[in-house]
Amino acid sequence: MRSHKLRKRVDMAASLLAVGCVLVALIPLVSILVEVIRNGAPMLSWEFITDRTTSGVGNAILGSLQIVMYAAFIGLPVGILTGIYISEFGNNRMGSTIRFFNDVMANFPSIVVGLLVYAMLIVYLGMTYSIIVASVALSIIMIPIVANTTEESLKMVPNSLREGALALGVPRWRTVLKVVLSNGRSGVITGALLAVARVAGETAPLILTTMFSYFWTVSPNEPSAALPTLIFNYAMGYSSLTVDEAMRHAWGAALVLIMLVLSLNVSVRLLSMRRFKKNHKGARRWRTRLSLKA
Amino acid sequence: MKCGDANMNERGTEERGSLQKTRSGLSLATVRKTLGRSGDRLFVYLVGLVALSTLMLVWLLVAFMISDSIESIEEFGFGYLTGRTWEEQKGVYGALPFIFGTLLTSAIAVAIGVPVSIGIAIYLSELAPAWIREPLSFVIELLAAIPSVIYGLWAMGALRPLLVNSVEPWLVKWFGWTPFFEGTPQGLDKLAAGLILAIMIIPTVASVSKEALRAVPDSQREAALSLGATRYETTRMAVLTYARSGIFGACILGLGRAFGETMAVTMTIGNSNAISWSLIDPGQTMASLIANRWGEAEGLQRASLIEIGVILFVIALLVNVFARLMLGRVLKSVHTTGGGL
Repeated sequence: MRSHKLRKRVDMAASLLAVGCVLVALIPLVSILVEVIRNGAPMLSWEFITDRTTSGVGNAILGSLQIVMYAAFIGLPVGILTGIYISEFGNNRMGSTIRFFNDVMANFPSIVVGLLVYAMLIVYLGMTYSIIVASVALSIIMIPIVANTTEESLKMVPNSLREGALALGVPRWRTVLKVVLSNGRSGVITGALLAVARVAGETAPLILTTMFSYFWTVSPNEPSAALPTLIFNYAMGYSSLTVDEAMRHAWGAALVLIMLVLSLNVSVRLLSMRRFKKNHKGARRWRTRLSLKA
Repeated sequence: MKCGDANMNERGTEERGSLQKTRSGLSLATVRKTLGRSGDRLFVYLVGLVALSTLMLVWLLVAFMISDSIESIEEFGFGYLTGRTWEEQKGVYGALPFIFGTLLTSAIAVAIGVPVSIGIAIYLSELAPAWIREPLSFVIELLAAIPSVIYGLWAMGALRPLLVNSVEPWLVKWFGWTPFFEGTPQGLDKLAAGLILAIMIIPTVASVSKEALRAVPDSQREAALSLGATRYETTRMAVLTYARSGIFGACILGLGRAFGETMAVTMTIGNSNAISWSLIDPGQTMASLIANRWGEAEGLQRASLIEIGVILFVIALLVNVFARLMLGRVLKSVHTTGGGL
């Protein structure tokens, strides 16, 4: 048996090691934020944000917004309906199959999703590299995420509400749409916005499906620039700018992208956290699932 | 009793319905009732169809993908998996260097990322005071919200100078005699890619392991503590042993993430198609090859790239199904809402 003192020291050392692990993980996070702000901030100007590529990133911002918008139009309704099915009618074999593959799909490499959509829309249906093809790819990434969060938040709605509505003679479908969905509303919206924030930063599927463009694009059937692809192309030197200039543009674009993504992500999660703190009974489980709370 | 009441109520409404029917031909109540019932069925079918359609769509897309890569499958057969050359001029393509690169970089990522993640999980679930848990989890989750292309940019701009100037010369000096650290430091190599992957899998592995640790019943801890174990001994013997399958599942999930990660790896791995064990030589993974070559590839090369995608798909499917089975349903949505990748 080891001495008491030694055991206490080992205990202390292990605790310090665990704290050390946390610090090690925080270093890259802080460093990324600092570097992006330090290198990107000098680039930020009205001109940089509104001009098209080579002097600014305006067309890439517009492209990103369009791609994400169309993706949300396709992905959110499908994802929410899938979540409704799993949560409200999924207590059977089909429900659990869908749930299982949804979980698996949620972790698929995004480049594979890009290839899948390329194989179908561009090769088979003969579409060109365009905004809409990229949106389809992003919406496929979105669907399982939205379905998961929708399911979780609908399951939090107490059963007594469903029973109450049904007992009043309200048909099941109206119960689901009016009572269950409106009570789980905030969770569904949170999940949807988080999914939007996530796909806004996706790059790999965009490379395979929209290519790149140096011009303004407003038609969904044309190739377009997007912030992530612009960062990639400039950082790898695939541009007409000099290496230095391209890197500076990439950092500027990275700052714009990280501001968009993180501000959406953080504000949504802070808001949902505050809302759930107000004497909500199911909140504990929901926050645990979102891993917002230990 | 309750059952009987419900029956009586139902009969009551039916009677009223039939009464109205006699008065006005087609009563409002029956219309509502039949509409409500078929509306229910319609709604279930509709929602079920939508839910099923994405599932079917993905498998349909896989079929399309395989048919697009058929040219390369027919040309190279199983030899594709062991072929070592990727040359446009000769029209010969083989996937071995990229499978090798993927495995090696993912191994580095797991070797570095998993211990750190488990440390974080233990801190968050066992040691941290209550007030710090929530904000700290939040901050760790932020790592997952950063787009991977920004990780790549950061690695090129900030990590590379550090690796070239201090870390790699030191590794070469002390471990240059092993096959893993031969060559001259360049900063864009398998080590850099592995490090970036390690950082990127931390939020996934840490949050899922933390959930696994939280799921350990307190009686386990209490039993060990009451026997006089220290905090460390309790965690090692009573908590980690109990949660090991969950933690293992978390690691597999992290591995799956490392396999499929594209952008950050493409930007850091140095883009070379040779097989080399040295971590400070450039390399290529399956995903980075697709991203690098997509723009210029045509015909047979594009079919070969799509075949790489098929292989990646199969690996991702196996890894994720396996991880899912290890984790069970309890820890479901943790990593999917985190974002990133």
